[in-house]
Amino acid sequence: VTFFLVSSVAKMLFVFTMTMVGVALLTLAERRICAWMQDRMGPNRVGPQGLLQPAADGLKNIFKEEAMPAQADRALFMLAPAVAFTPALLTFAVIPFAAPLPTPWGDVPMVVADLPVGFLYILAISSLGVYGIVLAGWASNNKYSLLGGLRASAQMISYEIAMGMTAVAVLLLAGNVTLSQVVARQQEAGVWFVLPLLVGWIVFLVAAFAETNRVPFDLPEAEGELVAGYHTEYSAMKFSMFYIAEYSNMVTASALMTSLFFGGWDIPFTTWDNAAPWTVAKTLATLGMFLAKTGFFLFAYIWVRWTLPRFRYDQLMALGWKVMLPLALGYLALLATAIWYLHAVLDWPYGRKFALALFGLNAVLFLVLGWGVDRGRIVSGSVAGRRA
Amino acid sequence: MAITVKVMRRPTREASYLRATLSGMALTFRHIFRPKVTMQYPEETSTRDWRMADRWRGTHRMLTDEQGRAKCVACGLCPQICPANCIKLVPGEDEEGHRYPLIYEIDEFRCIFCGYCQEVCPEEAIHVGWHYENAEYSRDRFVYDLERLCAQTHPVSTLWDPSDPRGE
Repeated sequence: VTFFLVSSVAKMLFVFTMTMVGVALLTLAERRICAWMQDRMGPNRVGPQGLLQPAADGLKNIFKEEAMPAQADRALFMLAPAVAFTPALLTFAVIPFAAPLPTPWGDVPMVVADLPVGFLYILAISSLGVYGIVLAGWASNNKYSLLGGLRASAQMISYEIAMGMTAVAVLLLAGNVTLSQVVARQQEAGVWFVLPLLVGWIVFLVAAFAETNRVPFDLPEAEGELVAGYHTEYSAMKFSMFYIAEYSNMVTASALMTSLFFGGWDIPFTTWDNAAPWTVAKTLATLGMFLAKTGFFLFAYIWVRWTLPRFRYDQLMALGWKVMLPLALGYLALLATAIWYLHAVLDWPYGRKFALALFGLNAVLFLVLGWGVDRGRIVSGSVAGRRA
Repeated sequence: MAITVKVMRRPTREASYLRATLSGMALTFRHIFRPKVTMQYPEETSTRDWRMADRWRGTHRMLTDEQGRAKCVACGLCPQICPANCIKLVPGEDEEGHRYPLIYEIDEFRCIFCGYCQEVCPEEAIHVGWHYENAEYSRDRFVYDLERLCAQTHPVSTLWDPSDPRGE
């Protein structure tokens, strides 16, 4: 029991530090990559290649004066940044990030809490993050903030469903809601779930962008219309907390996507990393792989942000309810039927052949969908124009 | 409640979001590796694409003769023409009848850098400079006296020449 406590605390510290350092570097990466995409240099003055810029920003924000709007709801106003920030970190607790680490006292699974209800826990916690945003919008006593908060909640409700539906597809395939089992299932077959669940992954990706309030779904802050949305009235470190929350949400969403669809800490094309006996080298290699995959998705977040314009609000809602939800539901039904057919009628066990058969189905679906989307019919100009 | 917005009827080819998105992403990705246009200012002060104009009018400089004395003869034309009234000149005269400035001060805070003083100067003594880095730690350092004006070493501005309007 003592060992369990000590190792859990050590893992918590490790994950917390990793996430916070990751978030700090991510703010820098965001600014530098956006600068490069615009043929600029970006912040490169503080420290080598600007690596100490996040520290300088943090220091500045801590020393700045905190403005409190006169008519704000003080308690909620203070609480909101913390509420926005905590769920993002909580989610990370169930994500397995490396192969088990051998110690003299036994193998330590590299996940803070390998909950048997891992995925349900994620669904429960990840939607809590929006409370911080809504509370911030409400407590600021500012019309723009309130609109931002309302948008955030509407958006979260709309896309959470599609996200959950596609994730259910993962669970159908994995047959388990524990994330470490989901990862193990992908390693056994040697095929990541992104192939047999290609369309599901795309839906999940879009929903994940919406859930993290990133461009093209950053309607809650929409600076063109809402000043800065829900954090208009915030300053100094409280403002910074919202940024940290946003970036931790990105880290978590990327890590989740890695775990659900991209084999977690699995190193592709090899099997030596998946089996006992565990060694420190295996743990480090798989940790590196996990970070690389997560990093790629984080880069994709930044990449998309500096490429795409923002949706209009009615387009956002139309996409969420009229496209994503039916798509996710239909996909789930189709996939469940396919899995049932392969499993019960043809009596195949889950394995490479099973996965590739599903991939075939998905490829066809993907082409049909791609053709449909590419006609420009899905996100149309407006409600009035959709009759075209 | 339907929101009505003006909708452009575009050919399908132009309204294909998937292709547009992907080509946009490819474009931004390519730009990551393109050479950057930023000039790293304190280290670099001019690049091939950015240099100061020859007619740049910056802080003043007083030219001196071979003996290191200011060329100024205290004729009083520059304080006369100065639209910002930033030049303070008290003329003096030595035993041989040569006029020279007893006090010559330019308040660079009042100066609007029009360059009239350089244009009007019959002795080509006072010039506006080809110079822009003027930071100081106190306000009174911005009143340049004669000694300081003579000690400036930056190149001087080439003013517009009516006989050569295009600077050829």
